[in-house]
Parts: sequence; C-alpha cells; structure tokens
Amino acid sequence: MLQLSNERSFDTAGGMETGNAGDMAALNLARLIAAAADTIAAHAEELTALDQAIGDGDHGLNMKRGFEAVRAEAEAFSAKPLHDALKAIGTKLVMTVGGASGPLFGTLFLALGKEISAAPDRANLTAAFGKAIEAVAARGKSQVGQKTMLDVLQPVHDALLQGKTAPEIAGIADAAAEATVPMKALRGRASFLGDRSIGHMDAGARSTALLVRTIVETLEGQP
Amino acid sequence: MSNVGIVIVSHSPLVAEGTADMVRQMVGDEVPLAWCGGNGHGGLGTNVEAIMGAIDKAWSEAGVAILVDLGGAETNSEMAVEMIGEPRSHKIIVCNAPIVEGAVMAATEASGGASLREVAATAHELSPS
Repeated sequence: MLQLSNERSFDTAGGMETGNAGDMAALNLARLIAAAADTIAAHAEELTALDQAIGDGDHGLNMKRGFEAVRAEAEAFSAKPLHDALKAIGTKLVMTVGGASGPLFGTLFLALGKEISAAPDRANLTAAFGKAIEAVAARGKSQVGQKTMLDVLQPVHDALLQGKTAPEIAGIADAAAEATVPMKALRGRASFLGDRSIGHMDAGARSTALLVRTIVETLEGQP
Repeated sequence: MSNVGIVIVSHSPLVAEGTADMVRQMVGDEVPLAWCGGNGHGGLGTNVEAIMGAIDKAWSEAGVAILVDLGGAETNSEMAVEMIGEPRSHKIIVCNAPIVEGAVMAATEASGGASLREVAATAHELSPS
C-alpha cells in the first residue's frame, strides 16, 4: 500500500522488502476500506441533511449502503492486485450506491484501477488520480467550479502534484468542500434550484473531502 | 427481431411503464422494448443493474436506443453501456430527447427498419438546440 508520511511518501510499504508484499497490501487495503466505511457511516446523517437542502436527500443513505457493500467484501477485494481491487470497489459502488453518485464515485475508482501500477509511487498515484478525475468529469459532463465533487478532487490533485503532506492534503480537501458553499450549482439536481443552491455545501464535495481525509490519515497511520 | 430496440429509463417506474404502454399502443410489437425505473429500494431513482437488464431484454443486433428522463438517468445509462462493454456498447445510444415523445418517435422510426443512427437522430430532433 501507499504511504504519505515522508519524502518517500507513496512508496510501497515495508512488506515488499520482507517478501510478503501481498500480505501487507491485503492488510492495509482492508483497513482502508473499513476506515472509509466507518467515516461514511458516521457522517451519513450529515450528508443526507446537506443533500436535503439542495438535492434529493438520499446521498448519506446511498453512500452508506455502497460503502457497507464494499466493506462486506473487503477481504476478497484485498486479496486482489491493487488495480483489480480498485476496479472491484468501483463496480460495487456503481451497483450499490445508486443515484448519480454511484456512477460518479464508481467511475473514480474504476479509472484509478485502470491507471494505477502494481506498486505505485507518488508520481504514478498522482497521474492516475488525475486521469480518474478526468473520467469523473466526463461521466458527469461537468467541470471544476460547478459545485460538485470535482471542486474537491481537483485541489487534492494539485496538492499531490505540489508535494503537500497528508495533513495538508486533508485540510485542503476540507477547505475545498467549504468553498462550494457560495457556488451556484450547474450540474445535478441542485442545478434546478439556480441561485437558491447558493449558501449550501455540496453533499458530494463533502463526502469526497471526508473520504480524502480518511484515506490520507489511514495511510499516514500505517506502519 | 432485426429492428432497433428501445429502452426507457425513468426515475419513476410508473413513468417508465406508462411510456412503454404508449409505445406499444402507438407503434405496436415490431420493436423490442424494455423499461426500468426506481432506485431498486422502492424509491425514485435509476439503477445501473436494472438498466443493464433492460438493455439485455430489448437487445437487437441492430442496436438499442435508450430514452432517459432527468440527469441521473442519463449518467446511469451511460455507466450501464460502459459496463456492458465492447462490442455491444458500440450498438447502444443514449438519446438526448424528451422521454415520452422521444420513445414514441424513436420506436416509430425503428419499426420501419431504420438503423440505430437514424432512430437516434429522429429522437434528437425533438430536443431544442
């Protein structure tokens, strides 16, 4: 798995040198999935409340259902090579989250799985993440500045490019979600509200920031 | 059947089924037809798995045209096409058209043996811009 902690950030974890990289990856991916599912479950009501303000009010429940479905198969997913595991997670999210979030979050993981190498360094991860953001933008026919998850993904990608640390990246993600509050929604259900979408945080931006924080903190905390 | 198939995808199963009823009544049985609607959990929404099932049901070697209602239906339909994968994905078009009028017009075109491209173009003509 990946580490963010130091200059060798995003090197593969130490398991590689001891010859049981597969075991390490399995252990860490399972932990990552559990942490992500825990975060989404803990914030499900908050996400639903955000979505009720300007969407159709099902984002929290939908995301929770999807991530619980991924958690249920965490062991099987972790046993796969990283790129296959990411694709399996993406497919599961597409099939279980529903709404428009399913294809969007699913596409993020499917595209990551397509682009990532078996033992990604920071450069490969950053490049793969960039491609995955392009895939999400294409799927949603959207771009940065339209009050969507892209408004968090893009600053996180920039932060990765700039060599920011894990805590910095988590903070940038939170601030980016916060920055969707004054934006006017131009995509999705919220766009029907026009100016009335201004003043509310985008639920997808918030869930994306929560996941980014969880992932970088979990990676950072790994041995 | 060698005519292009029509798939109707709405957030509401009632809208999808009603649209399909109109197609059957106005166009007849010469066109493979399937519909889906709802989020799979009893609520409004669309569902990739159900869309893939509907595409299978209406499958024709001439291709399938999908008519959708609101944004999520389009996103989910495009996702379903991608997950169905090649080579079949090349024979599926998600139409940019109003769902009821689009479905009836597309099915009318399809019933006369038109190609997938012609069927989709007929539906697209109903859409402003």
